Amino acid sequence: MNVIKRASSGTMESSDVYVEIEPAQSGLEILLESVVKKQFGEEIERTVREVLSEEGVESASVRVVDRGALECVIRARVETAVRRGRGEA
Amino acid sequence: MRRSMLFLPGNNPNMLINAAVLGADAVIFDLEDAVSPAEKDAARILVRNTMRYMDLSGCERIVRINSVDTAFWQKDLLAILPEKPDLILLPKTGSAEDVLLAERFMDEAEESLGLEKGAVGLMPLIETALGVENAFAIASATPRVKALFLGAEDLTADLQCKRTKESREIEYARTRLVVAARAAGVDVYDTPFTDVNDDEGIELDALTAKGLGFTGKASISPRHVEVINRVFTPTLEEIDYAYEVMDAIEEAKRQGKGAIALYGKMIDAPIVARAERTIAMAKALGLERRA
Repeated sequence: MNVIKRASSGTMESSDVYVEIEPAQSGLEILLESVVKKQFGEEIERTVREVLSEEGVESASVRVVDRGALECVIRARVETAVRRGRGEA
Repeated sequence: MRRSMLFLPGNNPNMLINAAVLGADAVIFDLEDAVSPAEKDAARILVRNTMRYMDLSGCERIVRINSVDTAFWQKDLLAILPEKPDLILLPKTGSAEDVLLAERFMDEAEESLGLEKGAVGLMPLIETALGVENAFAIASATPRVKALFLGAEDLTADLQCKRTKESREIEYARTRLVVAARAAGVDVYDTPFTDVNDDEGIELDALTAKGLGFTGKASISPRHVEVINRVFTPTLEEIDYAYEVMDAIEEAKRQGKGAIALYGKMIDAPIVARAERTIAMAKALGLERRA
């Protein structure tokens, strides 16, 4: 299920990731900022897409500001943002 | 075996991801006081993922959920139970009814989620005057209760007294909880020492707790973990003495004697029981008897 409103989760603190999600017309648009983008950018984006797919989000605009978060943290923050964007929180 | 239990704020990835390397026998992922109401949803998912994906290499996993008078505790349990925590810390437990309310919900959740029934234990957090007065009823409410836990900060607020380092204001609660827990056959854990920079203070406080019969002690700072572990670990002298007690008992049996003395002191059942506990703990810690 797609998000129905703009929502965010996470923080800009070290080892965390800030995620902002908002409804989009079609498809997924992911904008990633990360200090480790060169080494891990693809991996982070894949993780974000995986969670969105698990949550059934087919179209959304997502901004991800990574502060060196582990995969389990990225997964948690994306899931939280999606749920908030659906008004489930 | 839990000597130390370290609280980790449930919405702080920087702390959570280090859970395995902070030296505590158990970590308490905190969904309650350390998390603001607006972030309860985020912390619940973050703690669930930490438990699901991170190997804590032998460190026990305890989760402090929100209290049963909030809108959060049931969601907490539904998210956390599938990750098989070692214990659920149930805050502001005031009566056996609070425990039974949580247990009923856990029973139902385990059933609906297809989890092993009764596998996750409860550790009521006693932090109100009512909770202290009902300590034995709480400890013996159900076999799910594995331990009591004293929370002195909220308790002293409820008692309308000042929380001091000397801790005279919690003497009654401490002894009452130890007696109640031991009478019910469960463990009992002492409140954290909150001055993270007072190294002497934490040691004295931990020694006091051990002296009163507490199983271990909680901490809000990784800095206190080492001291707590040391204080609650049997000394080499205690381990040697425990083995000597067991040797003496064996010798008495061989000689057909009913009683025997060691270092001029009669060895009786309570001393043997204590020796057995010391040896069990030493073995769990990989500590050997000296030659």
